[in-house]
Amino acid sequence: MNEIINIAINILLDPFIQTILKIVVIIFMFVMPLATVLTLMERKWSAMIQDRVGPNRANLPFADNFRGRGALHIAADALKSIFKEDFIPRGADRFLFTIAPYFGFAAALSVFAIVPFAAPIGDFTFQITDVKPGLLYIFAITSLGVYGSVLAGASSNSKFALLGGTRASAQMLSYEVFIGISLLGIFMVYESTQISVIVDGQNTYWFGNLIPKWGIFTQPVAFVLFFVAMIAETKRAPFDAPEGESEIVAGYFLEYSGMRFGAFMLAEYIAIVGVSVLMVTLFLGGYHIPWLHLWESAPQALVTILQILKFTLLSVFFCWLQLQIRWTIPKFRFDQTMALGWKKMLPVAMANVLVTAIIILLAN
Amino acid sequence: MEELATENKGQNLESEMEDQADASVMTIEIGPAHPAMHGIVRFTTQIDGEEIVDMIPEIGYLHRGFEKESENSKWIQITPYTDRLNYVSPLLCNIGYSMAVEKLFGVDAPRRAQYTRVIMGEISRITDHLTCLGAAAMEVGAFTFFLWFIKGREYLWELVEEVTGARLTTNWTRFGGNATDIPDGFLGELQERLEKIKDILRECDTLLTRNKIFIDRVKDVGVLSKEDSISFGFTGPMLRACGIPYDVRRSDRYSVYDDLDFEIPVGSVGDCFDRYLVRMEEMWQSISIIEQASDKLPAGPIAIDDRQLVLPDKKQVYGNIEGLIDHFKLVMEGHQAPAGEIYMPTEGGNGEVGFYLVSDGSGEPVKCRVRPPCFNFVSAMPAICKGGYVADIVPIFGSVNMIGGELDR
Amino acid sequence: MSTEQEEIGNLTQLLQEQFPGAVQSYHQHRGDETVLVERSQILPICQFLRDDERSKMEMMIDLTAVDYIKESPRFEVVYHFKSLSLEHRIRVKVRVPEEDCEIDSIHELWLAVDWYERECYDMYGIIFKNHPNLQRILMYSQFEGYPLRKDYPIGRQQPLVEMRPVNERHDYGEL
Repeated sequence: MNEIINIAINILLDPFIQTILKIVVIIFMFVMPLATVLTLMERKWSAMIQDRVGPNRANLPFADNFRGRGALHIAADALKSIFKEDFIPRGADRFLFTIAPYFGFAAALSVFAIVPFAAPIGDFTFQITDVKPGLLYIFAITSLGVYGSVLAGASSNSKFALLGGTRASAQMLSYEVFIGISLLGIFMVYESTQISVIVDGQNTYWFGNLIPKWGIFTQPVAFVLFFVAMIAETKRAPFDAPEGESEIVAGYFLEYSGMRFGAFMLAEYIAIVGVSVLMVTLFLGGYHIPWLHLWESAPQALVTILQILKFTLLSVFFCWLQLQIRWTIPKFRFDQTMALGWKKMLPVAMANVLVTAIIILLAN
Repeated sequence: MEELATENKGQNLESEMEDQADASVMTIEIGPAHPAMHGIVRFTTQIDGEEIVDMIPEIGYLHRGFEKESENSKWIQITPYTDRLNYVSPLLCNIGYSMAVEKLFGVDAPRRAQYTRVIMGEISRITDHLTCLGAAAMEVGAFTFFLWFIKGREYLWELVEEVTGARLTTNWTRFGGNATDIPDGFLGELQERLEKIKDILRECDTLLTRNKIFIDRVKDVGVLSKEDSISFGFTGPMLRACGIPYDVRRSDRYSVYDDLDFEIPVGSVGDCFDRYLVRMEEMWQSISIIEQASDKLPAGPIAIDDRQLVLPDKKQVYGNIEGLIDHFKLVMEGHQAPAGEIYMPTEGGNGEVGFYLVSDGSGEPVKCRVRPPCFNFVSAMPAICKGGYVADIVPIFGSVNMIGGELDR
Repeated sequence: MSTEQEEIGNLTQLLQEQFPGAVQSYHQHRGDETVLVERSQILPICQFLRDDERSKMEMMIDLTAVDYIKESPRFEVVYHFKSLSLEHRIRVKVRVPEEDCEIDSIHELWLAVDWYERECYDMYGIIFKNHPNLQRILMYSQFEGYPLRKDYPIGRQQPLVEMRPVNERHDYGEL
């Protein structure tokens, strides 16, 4: 008996198995639930803003018509997209058309690989992998997402989709520049590209124990720039010219249906969660709860739970913020999106880097 | 004639455009089923990158043969058709048509009928502008605004339903009066609803009018010069946005608009933003007109006492032989309009809705033509859109407020 | 029509002076000033109405036709003009016979005329000479007959139209 337990523990301690387990837990217990709930919350919240009731019709006929205030719509939507006809338009490039949705999906999911959810306990980290060039990993992964849109647009054999694809590629490539430059400040302040170092760097304080050195305080300009650029990168309103539902119908995923369309939608919501998680990690102290270190006798388990809770709550807050922005602000025209990026955000980001550099120089 | 007809056969807009297209130009079909198209209309658009090079509008998808049907109907049977002309402000077309027939007969509706017509007409104008602005804003991304406006429109359509019995297919006016008087307590309720509309207008004004993104999208977009606008025959808010205070209510002094005090808002450049502002201000003016008209609303009959035009009271029909005969003749033979021709312009939601009626003295019209304001707007779409971006089609078409029923008849 | 017919309007008088013999008849039924003019003179008359200081018709409000099937000439093309600056309107009518169903296009004078003439051609088969693009507008191009003519039966069925060929791959132009 003991042998079996020992073998089990050994298996669990095996780093490879651990990583697999972490991936499974993070994806299926954090990302996917949040993203699917977001699909419903987006509709509910927009309904609230617009004086509507929102989705509330899906019910369980065998359970006394249980509706759960529309919660069943999550299941209904999923079932619908799974069982709908998966249509490939005539003349489309079948191979590219088939794989395109999963590029965006994979890119959106990969962001979570480097995000720590709580402080490490001994050797065990609450992070799938802590690569040294963590920030560079973020750039690399976010730029992968562009393939999904471009391939979808080019392979659909639809002019609107092609227009959407070109818009998406131009917009995403441009905004990657601002993501990079805005994160440069973070890199300079915390002197590392490794995410765990950046997060730990945010656990130090100014003026004794008064103000935590969170990214939002050390790099307030980068905070705004990065948030805006990430929204543009995920092509959410007000930067949804690539989808441009009113002029180019649905943009690059116009011809998609069924589960492949579902993959695009899910990727969008996963990207929302991804943006929120990155915002928390890079600018709001990650999992660190400010001033918690003053309570020295805190039990390790409680601290970990609190950290996960704090991380989740702040992530949900940023998700909500993105929904709020989506439903209150009109859309930019495509050229205005680009103008905002290159004419306004780029100089500001450059100036931010310059000012940060000067301050760091003077401080040393 | 035969030659020309055969030449036009097999006309194919797309192929025609592709012939003249140079290599960098792509032809896209915007419409007939496209989210930015209110109603059904097709724009075969050539784009160079994001820029519009050329555009050919194609209309007629909603052609129902209004004029042909009218020529085969009795005068009164046309009234329900006019509901369907402008399906966001049906009453204005009802009123316009009835006033046209009254002009043909040379009669005037009684004062009370005129005032209630003004009240109901202005309510319809508000619903028209609410729909137009809401849809235009929705398409530039302000979806919330749209639903708030539609909520306001519901308040008004419930009022319309209370008076006419239907929200859309009103069929309310008759020659020489109205079908029904306003119900008891209507004016009080009207006042309450107007307060709600004012709240919505204020709310949306703060939400959108000074929103930087919205202004960027609509300012200096879709400009058509004053001269071209006139030459294209623009009327209504589209023309007023160019700075020309032409309003049929003022210039032709029909109905009781002379007794009411209202201003004609005008824009300056004639871009989409001006059209938005003009329509917003027009709603405030309409509210003011309704308030004045309900204050001044006189007592009295709602239809003239003319057996050639108005059905007699049911008491008369069942009570004495003259009433029965009048009723029978009016129903079976229809209104015997005197021979002649008239053109009656009225201010519809979009501009000048004119009815050109020709009668030969029999019970059926020889010609019943409606002059649709949208027709001119859509014909000017290529001129407005050329040189703009694809995304500009959205606010432009939103501000044009094309109504398919009116455009295609 | 009543005594209104005898009174002569200002614009009518003006037209009579400018184009002697062109005005065939006139009336002011219900206050709408109306002139019936010679077919050959329509273009100069419209030009005059638009440009002259005393008429200044900046706007072409409406253009349509009426089919008087029992009369000859059969068709009557009806123009409505409106002056914004002088605030008056005029209706100009032209008789067009069935056998020679043509009239000069006035599309050069007002931009709006283009579509109105197309509609009139579509509905009545009246040909506007020199019109740049005289094609059907409300009806489809394969439509047979002219629907608003009185001899077009209201219940007539149109033949089915052939399908248009569809390209397998879209032509994007050169990318």
